[in-house]
Amino acid sequence: MNGLNTLVLAATSDGGLGSVIKDLLNKASVPQIFVPLMAIGLIVALLTYRTWTRPAIAGLLALAAIAFYVWSATDENFFKIIVKPDNVPITIMLTATAIVTWLAFRQAAINDARMERGEPLIESGADDKVLVWPDLVYTEMICLVLCSIALIVWAILLKAPLEPAANPTNIPNPSKAPWYFLGLQELLVYFDPWIAGVLLPGFIILGLVALPYIDKNPRGNGYYTFSQRKMVIWVFMFGWVIMWVVLIVLGTFLRGPNWNIFGPYETWDSHRPAALLNVNVSDLFWVVLPEKTGLWSPGLPKNAVAGIPAMFIREAPGIVLLGGYFFILPVILAKSVLSKLFKDLGLIRYAVFWLLMSWMMLVPIKMVLRWLFNLKYFMALTEWFLNV
Amino acid sequence: MSVFGSIGNYIRESQIWGSVFRHGVPRDRRTRAMAILSNVFLHLHPVAVRKSGIRLSFTWCMGGLTFFLFLAETITGVLLMFYYRPVVEYAYNDIIQLRAHVTLGLLREIHRWGAHAMVIAIWLHMLRVFLTGSYKPPREFNWGVGVILLKLTLLLSFTGYLLPWDQLAIWAITVGSNMARATPFLGHEGPGAQLMRIGDVPLMHAGSDARFLLLAGTAVGPGALLRFYVLHCIFIPLVVLVLIAVHFWRIRKDGGISGPL
Repeated sequence: MNGLNTLVLAATSDGGLGSVIKDLLNKASVPQIFVPLMAIGLIVALLTYRTWTRPAIAGLLALAAIAFYVWSATDENFFKIIVKPDNVPITIMLTATAIVTWLAFRQAAINDARMERGEPLIESGADDKVLVWPDLVYTEMICLVLCSIALIVWAILLKAPLEPAANPTNIPNPSKAPWYFLGLQELLVYFDPWIAGVLLPGFIILGLVALPYIDKNPRGNGYYTFSQRKMVIWVFMFGWVIMWVVLIVLGTFLRGPNWNIFGPYETWDSHRPAALLNVNVSDLFWVVLPEKTGLWSPGLPKNAVAGIPAMFIREAPGIVLLGGYFFILPVILAKSVLSKLFKDLGLIRYAVFWLLMSWMMLVPIKMVLRWLFNLKYFMALTEWFLNV
Repeated sequence: MSVFGSIGNYIRESQIWGSVFRHGVPRDRRTRAMAILSNVFLHLHPVAVRKSGIRLSFTWCMGGLTFFLFLAETITGVLLMFYYRPVVEYAYNDIIQLRAHVTLGLLREIHRWGAHAMVIAIWLHMLRVFLTGSYKPPREFNWGVGVILLKLTLLLSFTGYLLPWDQLAIWAITVGSNMARATPFLGHEGPGAQLMRIGDVPLMHAGSDARFLLLAGTAVGPGALLRFYVLHCIFIPLVVLVLIAVHFWRIRKDGGISGPL
């Protein structure tokens, strides 16, 4: 009995290895650590895609991930969040995404190696035709049956969630959108609703539709490859993995009451204070900078100058920054680093490319500036609801 | 010949069978081609396809799976409509009743999990098409149609989320639809809303902006429930159906499943 007590104590006490790891992971759950960690993970994965996709290594990684998940599920708080009925699809999504990403990059690695040696691709053999009946219709039939079974088993095992009847006076804390929109809801931390909820989703759709017209690279059409389409795959995977999947995980698993961050092994405590004092570029320029350097007297401009309303003078530093980012930076890039791209695309395609790219990159830029300097807005024309 | 064999032969040689299937048993090239060509559903396919194009490791079957889930959602959805009334006083209770009393009470479960699965499947379908470069010419237009279908799938799921009329539903939709308030020019808290005025009369206020159009009110209420119901059951599925037809047609016209040129 004593021995058992000691064992239980060792496993659950503050000093145990398990709790050290949990503490570490809880601390790493804040976005300023979690998102960069995931970004580094993606970069390493893309750089070493020929290594980790080998079946033996990928298998070991999968085993490690499963072991980690099972071990984590023994934690009460972690378990509570992953078995929420509407969160179960996220686990399925993560698993499926991991499997197909491996499958794609494995075949890309094989194809890239074959092309270097001058051998035919996995997908080669254009004359190699088979009849749809039976080769395709039977595959479809089997998929249909298996998926029906999977769906019915899922439906038997897990009840669809039904909470108490709608009550407009009882606001749950936190209030969350459906899980597939939680990446966008997470962006509300950094942007006003007109950007996070309207502009960025619009640009995602526009960007995807525009993709085939901007990506003029004729290679890599109809087969898996990475080496032939490096740039476009880097951009797409960054957008898909970091700015969509990772933010969904952050929003569903790690955001608790008052939209505070809670580690996966922490209890959701609705009384934790959220103290964050965010500053605008105008505050930094008109107040913080002169206080530090004494160049001019601190204080936000309140009077119009030469017929220009005070709010434009107040926001001038931010307007200059954004103007430079949106309109001058692309010109500089077109004449230097991106000159080849500019030549390939032409003016109109390049302008559309920059419109989409600049807004996409504004998301990580603003995140980093928020984490480093508590930046709230570059430009805060609050009078017009025009805050960026 | 066994008894079953002769019964089978008798059926296949009957006038009824011959009038439905206008070709012999698909055992040789000709009848197999006929099996595809003479069936309105199967003729979505070409008669022959590239062998490497239909490998599971190439397509992941995700496009087909999305379509299958769309059909499963349609069937379970129609059945659910028998039991559900989109009225605030009834909606929640109808779901409770459905759960308690309807035989084969898996309908709602299949419908809900199928919806989540469809969202996942269509994302992964897009990922596959992207990673194989299959959006490149001549398939640019069809990729665009696919992007719209993906967006509509998310909207289908989003509009359906409100219908159970529980706490989960109204607050998720409240969070989501609050964005519409900030639409540039068209939301009363969006940038440029101040410009939308005639003289001193503002055109965009809480009772006239984009969110009001979506919710038929300034908060998620009876009007929103009816609108989301109609969008979910009639309008979006019809648009999706038309676009699926275009999508499938264009796969054929653009050269079938993609492969190295």
